[in-house]
Amino acid sequence: MRHGKYPLLLAFLLPPLALYGYFVVSPYAQSFLIAMTDWQGLSPAYEFVGFDNFKRMIGDEYVWNALLNNLWLLVLLPLLTIALGLFLATMLNVGGRGGRSTVTGVRGSGLYKVIYFAPQMLSVSIVGVLWAEVYNPRSGLLNSALRALGLDGLAKVWLGDPAYAFWAVLAVMVWANVGFYVVLFGAAMQSVPRDIYEAAALDGASRLTTLVRITVPLLWDTIQVAWVYLAILALDGFALIHVMTRGGPNFSTDVVGLRLYTEAFGDYKWGYASAIGVVMFFVTLSVTVLSLRLTRRERIELS
Amino acid sequence: MAQSDLNRRTVLRRAAAAGVLAGPAAGLLSSCALGDDTSGDTSGKYEGTKSDKNPLGVKEDAPLDVVIFNGGFGEDYAKAHEAMYKETYPKAEVKHSAVVEINKELQPRFVDGTPPDFVNNSGAGQIDLGGLVAQGALADLTPLLDAASLDVPGKKVRDTLLPGTVESGSFDGKTYVLNYAYTVYGIWYSSKLFTAKGWQYPKTWDEHIALCKTIKASGIAPWTYQGKHPRYMSWPVISTAIKFGGPQVAMAIDNLEPGAWTSDAMKAAAEAWYQIVKDKYILEGSPGLDHKQSQTEWCKGNAAFISCGSWLESEQKAVTPEGFNMAVAPTPSLGSGDKLPFAAIRGTAGEPFVVPAKAKNERGGMELMRHMLSMKGAKDFTGKVSSLSVVSGAADGVTLPFGLTSAVKALADSGSNGFNWVYNVYYRKLERELVDAACGEFFSGRTTPAEFLAACQKGADLIAADTSFKKYKRSA
Repeated sequence: MRHGKYPLLLAFLLPPLALYGYFVVSPYAQSFLIAMTDWQGLSPAYEFVGFDNFKRMIGDEYVWNALLNNLWLLVLLPLLTIALGLFLATMLNVGGRGGRSTVTGVRGSGLYKVIYFAPQMLSVSIVGVLWAEVYNPRSGLLNSALRALGLDGLAKVWLGDPAYAFWAVLAVMVWANVGFYVVLFGAAMQSVPRDIYEAAALDGASRLTTLVRITVPLLWDTIQVAWVYLAILALDGFALIHVMTRGGPNFSTDVVGLRLYTEAFGDYKWGYASAIGVVMFFVTLSVTVLSLRLTRRERIELS
Repeated sequence: MAQSDLNRRTVLRRAAAAGVLAGPAAGLLSSCALGDDTSGDTSGKYEGTKSDKNPLGVKEDAPLDVVIFNGGFGEDYAKAHEAMYKETYPKAEVKHSAVVEINKELQPRFVDGTPPDFVNNSGAGQIDLGGLVAQGALADLTPLLDAASLDVPGKKVRDTLLPGTVESGSFDGKTYVLNYAYTVYGIWYSSKLFTAKGWQYPKTWDEHIALCKTIKASGIAPWTYQGKHPRYMSWPVISTAIKFGGPQVAMAIDNLEPGAWTSDAMKAAAEAWYQIVKDKYILEGSPGLDHKQSQTEWCKGNAAFISCGSWLESEQKAVTPEGFNMAVAPTPSLGSGDKLPFAAIRGTAGEPFVVPAKAKNERGGMELMRHMLSMKGAKDFTGKVSSLSVVSGAADGVTLPFGLTSAVKALADSGSNGFNWVYNVYYRKLERELVDAACGEFFSGRTTPAEFLAACQKGADLIAADTSFKKYKRSA
């Protein structure tokens, strides 16, 4: 039996590995090669230019601007999404105060779960188109609602104003992602023994104290995973921004992914675009490793 | 989460697609995406004997591979042209394909050296023409231009075209691109609205500002613009400057001359246009609207003027009210010192068609162009898609919608004073990204005219100093 095992294993493993190698690993590896050339993507002609593309990037203020926006996203998106996700998950799972000693969510939590999770069902492009209409300064839902409430002063041009466009896009990113983390955190909370929450409630701990002192430490593993996912997402952001603002106005919502896309498909500088991609590869890798390191803590045993 | 991951991958996959498609037989790592063949292989092309009936020497039974952009014009007009070709060469097999994203479809084929014989390189996925020319990927169309017209007796193809057509497709004096549709750029208004209110389209800048005041007083915003694509507003500004300072204003911009954007004419034009920003003559919220949204506000009668090209009428077809009667007019003259008369309007050939340099049936591709450029082919196009073609006189006798009729009239009035610029063709990035961003700031009132022009100049200088952009010069 021992010998017969390997052909079977190989038969199952090799085809997917080969496909993965050909369609994922090989293009990645090639982009490192292309990053060293001045290839323009329309003819087989190219020349090796060494690190010229990387040098050029250092002097490219538009790439720096895009990278800065990514870094803002990197800080704000995980923070806001996780904070909001934890708050909502707490309310839905342990926030109820109705039924005395039992630990439940607030009334109607089932319905809220569906509502929070709904954006997760939509593709990013639909989310983008939807919100571009919501932010329409003249007939959009947001400004119409503000005007109906008599808050005309708060009605802005949103995606047309560099002062608000970035925040408007960030809000959509949080909206689109928070539902998933509400469910993720909710599931993790279900595995926390009820009696811990009951004990906290008996001791008169407020909801906030319960959240900060009990939920967060017990959910740390899950939060860590969420942080890494959201960090990767923040370094991307391409699809949504491409649909909503294309980086405008005046590059205020530009991100590195969009820069890369424009250099490649707009100006046909494939060598340079690949160099941007290579840099992003290392940035994403470092951020992931760093956030895993920084958030490492003692595990709390639950049983 | 899951979806955005996917999209991230989609981008990478696009980047990889070229490579994967280009050389499936090549090794995993060895220059997949880059292709292998660097030699300009000209052998193996289909060639026939030249004659009076066949001035380009097309091989009569050679297959013809045609790729059409399936967008605003559809594909039916192209099928009609192909049918004409089949009539001339019954033995030829014409392979027609209509695609939406030209770049994704064709980029791998260009890299691989097996491009089609004829490409309608248009739409959002248009392959950068400056890049194609710079990389020697396009065939020189001079033989076509010097061939006899198919059905205009005694004339070369070159002589049947509207002025500016050949220039619009020329790079450093050589013609690589046939722009087939003729587009008029100007300021659009509803003649119904203007008649009802008793307004006259203004011929001078002072009249324009006075009318804006009247329009605003009547509760309508005088202007709106395609806020998320603010470059639409660079067109009237540059047009005003050219009419004020003469065609060399455009020439300097196209040739990336130092200070081209901060010339006296550009300053005068920017100062003038700043008035509509300062006096709040622009529909509130315009900077946050995209082209469809702003044009729809205009169609609803919430704004009186909008800057656009003559595709506007068909683009807005679905939302234009009955009897709206849109019309196009030139930009108002700054004053009596203007070098060009009021009637001078920007007209240019657009909708690019190319024959790849490595096309097997290069001659057939050009021959199909010759059929398109016949009077019969052009008339058929104008009738089918409601757009002007570059063949002079081809719109005569064809019934056109209201807006297009006004465009034809504006062109006729403009005559030899018509003008155009091409920096947007040479350097896509300069218009689409840099001037675009500067216009957005300017027309939202966040920058002054001087700052606006400085931003444009900075963009032009950036391109000029960047050796990775091939530079083009024009002298006419």
